Amino acid sequence: MSTFLGIPGLRKTQPAHDPNILPGTAPIPDEPLRWGQDFPHAAREALKNEQMRRNLGHATATIRAKRAQVVGEAPDWEDLRDTGSQLKINTLAALPALLEQFETNFTARGGTVHWARDAQEANEIVTALIKATGETEVVKVKSMATQEIGLNEYLAEHDIAAYETDLAELIVQLGEDMPSHILVPAIHRNRAEIKDIFLRRMEHTPEGMTDAPRELAMAAREHLRKKFLAAKVAISGANFAAADTGTLTVVESEGNGRMCLTLPETLITVMGIEKIIPSFTDLEVFMQLLPRSSTGERMNPYTSLWTGVTPGDGPQNVHIVLVDAGRTKALADDVGRAALKCIRCSACLNVCPVYERVGGHAYGSVYPGPIGAILTPQLTGSTGHSDPNNSLPFASSLCGACFDACPVKIDIPSLLVHLRARVVDEDKAAHRPTGWGAAMSAASYVMADSKRFALAEKGTGALRALAGKKGYVAKLPFPANGWTQSRDLPAPPKETFRQWWDRTHPQDSDPATQNNGDNNE
Amino acid sequence: MSEARAEILNRIALALDGVPSAVASMPGAERPQEVPRAYRADSEVATGSAQALEILVDRLVDYRAVVHRAASECDIAGVVAEVLSDAGSLVYPDGLDPAWLSKLPASVVTHEDSLTAPLGVMELDAIDAVLTACRVAVADTGTIILDGQPDQGRRAITLVPDTHVCVVYAQQVVHLLPQAITQLALHPTRPQTWIAGPSATSDIELNRVEGVHGPRNLHVIIVGG
Ligand code: SF4
Repeated sequence: MSTFLGIPGLRKTQPAHDPNILPGTAPIPDEPLRWGQDFPHAAREALKNEQMRRNLGHATATIRAKRAQVVGEAPDWEDLRDTGSQLKINTLAALPALLEQFETNFTARGGTVHWARDAQEANEIVTALIKATGETEVVKVKSMATQEIGLNEYLAEHDIAAYETDLAELIVQLGEDMPSHILVPAIHRNRAEIKDIFLRRMEHTPEGMTDAPRELAMAAREHLRKKFLAAKVAISGANFAAADTGTLTVVESEGNGRMCLTLPETLITVMGIEKIIPSFTDLEVFMQLLPRSSTGERMNPYTSLWTGVTPGDGPQNVHIVLVDAGRTKALADDVGRAALKCIRCSACLNVCPVYERVGGHAYGSVYPGPIGAILTPQLTGSTGHSDPNNSLPFASSLCGACFDACPVKIDIPSLLVHLRARVVDEDKAAHRPTGWGAAMSAASYVMADSKRFALAEKGTGALRALAGKKGYVAKLPFPANGWTQSRDLPAPPKETFRQWWDRTHPQDSDPATQNNGDNNE
Repeated sequence: MSEARAEILNRIALALDGVPSAVASMPGAERPQEVPRAYRADSEVATGSAQALEILVDRLVDYRAVVHRAASECDIAGVVAEVLSDAGSLVYPDGLDPAWLSKLPASVVTHEDSLTAPLGVMELDAIDAVLTACRVAVADTGTIILDGQPDQGRRAITLVPDTHVCVVYAQQVVHLLPQAITQLALHPTRPQTWIAGPSATSDIELNRVEGVHGPRNLHVIIVGG
């Protein structure tokens, strides 16, 4: 199995017992979309962290209940989903024209549009723009795109300090951790851990600060206030970009977004090309779908809309970097194109039984959860058999909850099945014996004959020995190892059904021939 | 740079060229077609009606905003004076109706802000409260929308002071978001701020805590209705 692992080089390998690093911290990787072990190994590690599982269970249960309530309030919810889905499909099909239209409108209002083919190019553009202002510090609004391209690390290498201002993002940054959720990056932390991180890493914390959420939030306010008021450059993402007007939208709760989008002189927005929407008026659809799906609110506290420069109001030096970074590759693919509809609400994470138990870090990508399992391998492309991202499509029980929750109706379970088939096909094409194939031909041989089947059942005792005290088999011998690459095999019970039947029904030797049981009554 | 632009647009064109047949073979094939629009664009709840106001108030209170009522135009000044009686200082945009300030106690120091004579960030930080009008309000989502016109001012003045007092006329209260968007779409490029309650975060164990970076207090004065 070590061949399947392929742990990529980590920028910082944390010493295992560093007392300054909280358990459950993911070190900052070189590749924000491919880090750590493959999913099965990472998940097994994550499952040992009971604290994280409790934190996550509590948080996701809370958000699920809130979402269900506000979605239930909207009698036209399904109609909104239909519209949102079709709008996204149409957008992707007309992307070149819409991007050009956006560019024209944004430019006409005094903004500057930049294009970046990949993460490196995006980072270079942003860095050059900051350098041109002469500043060495920037404030940031939470943005998945900048997480994805590893902007903060790139800026640090170029002597620019980037301060995350979203509370959860701040917790992750201070903890030198990686995000574990699209919307609430520090969802894996509880209040006690957050207090701990603040006490260790924040310059000044209020005297006698407890772990009450209010006190922690106020400590963050104090910490960031001076930065906001002094900031000359801000970096943001964008939730939506309306092509017909050139209008950008940022959806947030805390007001940190408004601070960054309003007070500095220079504003640089980094956005994936798929975030375009055709028309300003389409916001009436997405701004109903997004808040209810993401935070379970009828409307998030603050939404900011801006179109280029407004003389005298807000930043006067306004830029947007339109990022490809694998999106055009995804667009050329049927599964990838469906994944690009995503509006990053995170509802699919919150309802996913797998995510709820293993947490975001196990996915080894800044995009975790059901959508991450599709989007991540689509954006990175596969580097071959040992690519840990190849295991992501197997990180699901296919229960269907994510499809039901998705505001733009991405059929995540079907897409996952599709991707799984591809991974298996790739192995077949490479003439690698697949575990699936081997298991099926063995099973058909065994099951075709009742004596062979009885014999095989007895053989499961050997598996119990293999499982040992752990109670599961993590690694079957070849060729069955393909099965355990992506899942553990529970140890078989002490007794097989046949053994149990023989013991409890000494007079009837073969259950298969007994038809006079109690099933007639 | 334009090289990157040309290449990305070319990549998209190539990507779109090959896919349709593959997309059609997908489960639940998704193809571009006319957008269905069956969601509620209009409402039987009349704009500015008692029912619309009731829904708005319910949502605002749920978000922990404080709601005040002024029976008519001439009562605004009285309510403003009451709400701001404890404030040491107030900023207002230059296009605000001066009558709204007429009953403020002398203890409240007022500052006017405008595009041409803007207050500095540090000055704003020292001011307790801000008073503005709004463009439109959405009852269903409890959202008050500002679009930067002279009676609402620059975005910074409603952001930095800790208390925002916003005057909403009953006729400005629509039931549903699409109704508000219809109005906003008349001037889509104005800078907009949509506000639903005071600043809040749910980042710690997903518990909502009011008051992080934006104003920690939101007072809404509903006029008429
Ligand atoms: S896939 Fe759907 S549910 Fe998941 S984050 Fe994207 S839009 Fe939300």
